[in-house]
This record gives sequence, C-alpha cells and structure tokens, in this order.
Amino acid sequence: MSKELMNKKDLDRALTRMSHEIIEKNKGTSRLCLIGIQRGGVYLAQRLAAKIQEIEKKEIPLGSLDIALYRDDLNIRKQQPVVRRTEIPFEVNDLKIVLVDDVLFTGRSIRSAMDALMDIGRPASIQLAVLIDRGHRELPIKADYVGKNIPTSLRETVEVQMEEEGVEDRVTLRKSESVEGKGAE
Amino acid sequence: MLNNKDLLGIKELSVEEINLILDTAAGFKDVLGRDIKKVPALRGKTTVNLFFEPSTRTRTSFELAAKRLSTDVINFSVPTSSVVKGEGLIDTGLTVQALGADFIIIRHASSGVPHLLAKNLSASVINAGDGTNEHPTQALLDAFTIQEKKGKIAGLEIAIVGDIMHSRVAKSNIYCLTALGANVRLIGPPTLIPENLKAMGVSLFHNMEDGLKGVDVLIMLRIQLERQGKGFFPSTDEYSKNWGLTLERLSLAKEDVIVMHPGPMNRGIEIVSEIADGPRSVILEQVTNGIAVRMSVMYLLSGVKR
Repeated sequence: MSKELMNKKDLDRALTRMSHEIIEKNKGTSRLCLIGIQRGGVYLAQRLAAKIQEIEKKEIPLGSLDIALYRDDLNIRKQQPVVRRTEIPFEVNDLKIVLVDDVLFTGRSIRSAMDALMDIGRPASIQLAVLIDRGHRELPIKADYVGKNIPTSLRETVEVQMEEEGVEDRVTLRKSESVEGKGAE
Repeated sequence: MLNNKDLLGIKELSVEEINLILDTAAGFKDVLGRDIKKVPALRGKTTVNLFFEPSTRTRTSFELAAKRLSTDVINFSVPTSSVVKGEGLIDTGLTVQALGADFIIIRHASSGVPHLLAKNLSASVINAGDGTNEHPTQALLDAFTIQEKKGKIAGLEIAIVGDIMHSRVAKSNIYCLTALGANVRLIGPPTLIPENLKAMGVSLFHNMEDGLKGVDVLIMLRIQLERQGKGFFPSTDEYSKNWGLTLERLSLAKEDVIVMHPGPMNRGIEIVSEIADGPRSVILEQVTNGIAVRMSVMYLLSGVKR
C-alpha cells in the first residue's frame, strides 16, 4: 500500500520555491552551476536549471554525476551498482556547485558525490538541494534547499516518479517488506 | 550482472553480458578523460599480471586499468620466477592466490590454460590471450570502439584481414561481432583461412579487392613474421602485394570506413603508414578504449558472488 505525498502541482511549486531560494542565497547566478546525481537527481537538476533560467534570463551550466564508483558499500553489496555517465561539460574549478538529488536519507550518497566532485576539480563551494528529506542521517550532512521534509520509518520507501521517465510526476510513500538503510539509499 | 567470476572467452558470454560490459565501459571512459584518472571502486584488492608470453601493450593496459580502479598490481615476471625452476602451472596459480590476488590476468602460449586456472582458483581469472584460442578483452575493446564510432554494430559489414587461423584476436572478434549482429567477412589467403571457419557464421574472401567492397569496418591483423617460409605464404613481400592495405584498396570500402589494428603494426606490410596515421584510422583510440573496457570487466567481475 502507498500514500501520495506530492502530486504534479506540489512538485512544481516546490521546485519553483527552491529555484528562488537558490538564486537568493547565491545573489544571482554568477559562477553557479547545477549537477544532478544519477539517476533521480538528473531530471530534477534539469527542471531547476530551466526555472532559474526563466527567472534570471541567464543560462547556467548543468551536469550529471554518477557515484557508483565512489560508494562505500561496494564490498558488501549483493551486486555491483550500474555505472552511468558522468557528464560535466565545463570546468568545476571555482564554481559554486548545487548538487541535486531526489531523496536525502542516510547521507552516504552525498558523501560519495562530494568525493567524486573533488576528483573532478576544486569547486568554490558545494551546496545541496533535495526534493525530499526523509531523515535517518548516518553522516553529518544537511541539505541547503529542501522540497519537502517527510518523517519516515525505516520500513518505508519514498518513491519519486517523474514525467521524463514516462510516468506522471508523483512522490509516494510505500511500506516495504524489509528494513531500509545501510546502503539502500 | 555477469554470471561467472572469470572472463575466459567471448564464447562463454551471453549477448546481455557483452552489452553490459560495453555500456559500463562508457562510464569508465569518462573517468579516463579527467585530470584525476582514478576511482576508489576496488580499493584494497590485488591484481597479479601473470604473463607467460611477451607482451607490452596488453600487460600495460591491464596494469593501468587495475591501478585506475585503485587495486594494487604485481607483475609476475615469468623468466625470473619459480616457473623456470619447474613449478607447475596450478601451483603457480595457487601461490599467487595465497599472496592475496583477487584478479589474475593471464597470457599463455597454450590454449585453455586460463580455463584450467579458473577451475582451480577462487580468484577472478581474466584471459589476456591463450594460444590460438581467444583474446576476449581485445574483442570487447574493438566492439566498444566500433559502437562509439558507428553508433551501432548490428547490420554493419565488418572485414577481418590476414592470418585468421593463428589469430586469437580474430576468433574472439568473430564470436563477439556476430553475436552483436554484424555481418563478418574474413579476407586472406586460403592457407590462413580454412573453409571450416564458415561454421562460425562468416563469409570468406580469397581476393582482397572483392572482400573490401562496401565494408564499414576494417580490422587488419598483424602478420606474424615468424610464420614466413612455413608454407602459409611465400614471403612478406608477396603477402603485402596481395593482402596489404593501400590507399587504392581502401577506396573500395565505404567512404566512412574505419580502419582498426590490434597492434603492433608491421608498417608497409599489412598496412601502409598513410592509412595507419590517416583520418580513417582509429588505432590509437583502440588503445585508450582498451583501458576503459578492462576497467569495466574487472569492476563487473568483482561483483560476482562465488
């Protein structure tokens, strides 16, 4: 059984607000770029970038980051994660990067993403934007921009569906069979 | 998901497994384009290069792939090892494994040696060329390069030219490219292309000009100079005259043909320098792609449960 947390309209409003917050906090879009974490964060980063461009009338650099090779659970997983493309067609040195992910959970993916970014260059700063913060952090990591805070139990799964994948925009909370955590993010 | 802990040959792989290796290699190619060409994925693992035959390119490529995945690498140099003191093959394998090897990369002059080791060891064995049997990672990097240049493999006309009979590269290429749906033709003298190869689902040409017509991809094999005078072909001069790739012959292929060679090349014998260094050649890209494909293979094998 599942419960709807956000519909298409809610999701759009949250992204609009986050876009304004990103612009406000960075005082415009100078030296700003968005990088989505594969896969859920990539579409969200594209949408945020489009909104920011609409508001500021300026194009901002957009990239995608795969974190499979930087995960901390490669030795204990049942199977190796799929390696996807990292496409960052610009120098990240001295840029203000906004990392974008769909769900913030243990924080381990974000740790991996930061390590991956540091191997690509030396950004001026890294900020974090997530659509859903579901709690249960295992590392000292905090988001700068949050679409929606949702308290969850470890027996629940948060699912973000997006039009880009051929389904309607929707965020749902589902009871899962097993306890999540420890690399399940 | 790969099904076996070892990569012994293309023959042993399913089409899904081949595609998984090629797709994953694209992610590793991204890594190779960066300033820091290294990822922590296989930190703490150990790779042993066990080469019983001389090799510089393949061994170096595997060594770099292993290092860029953050594994520790040991090159087991056969002439200075216990092998010359008469240590048996399986004993050598067990010793290397006891030293903590997770990956054993092996090249041997006898076909089937990697298979024998794989059966007796729990480490992942990767075949880097066994006798005249297979050289799977070369075929995978060739397929990756073709896919990158042509956007697809299915339906392409691909010619392999030269000494097919003695070539493990050719054999792995035939398995791989036919599995992916290409039309493969073999070109060369009948002494080096026995009729029974037809059973592998390829067509045979004993005339270079006929064979090159309408080709999308051209894979030139190295003619092994040590075979000269053994009855396979009379001399390298004559081989070159009949089967060497010249600009005039290349013009018979499709306009956007790509030319490949597994190296090392005999310039002026199987291929002229104007082509090897020319705009249709992707020979150096094959070298770079080789590292990405080998990283992909090692990464995927490390996830196989044993």
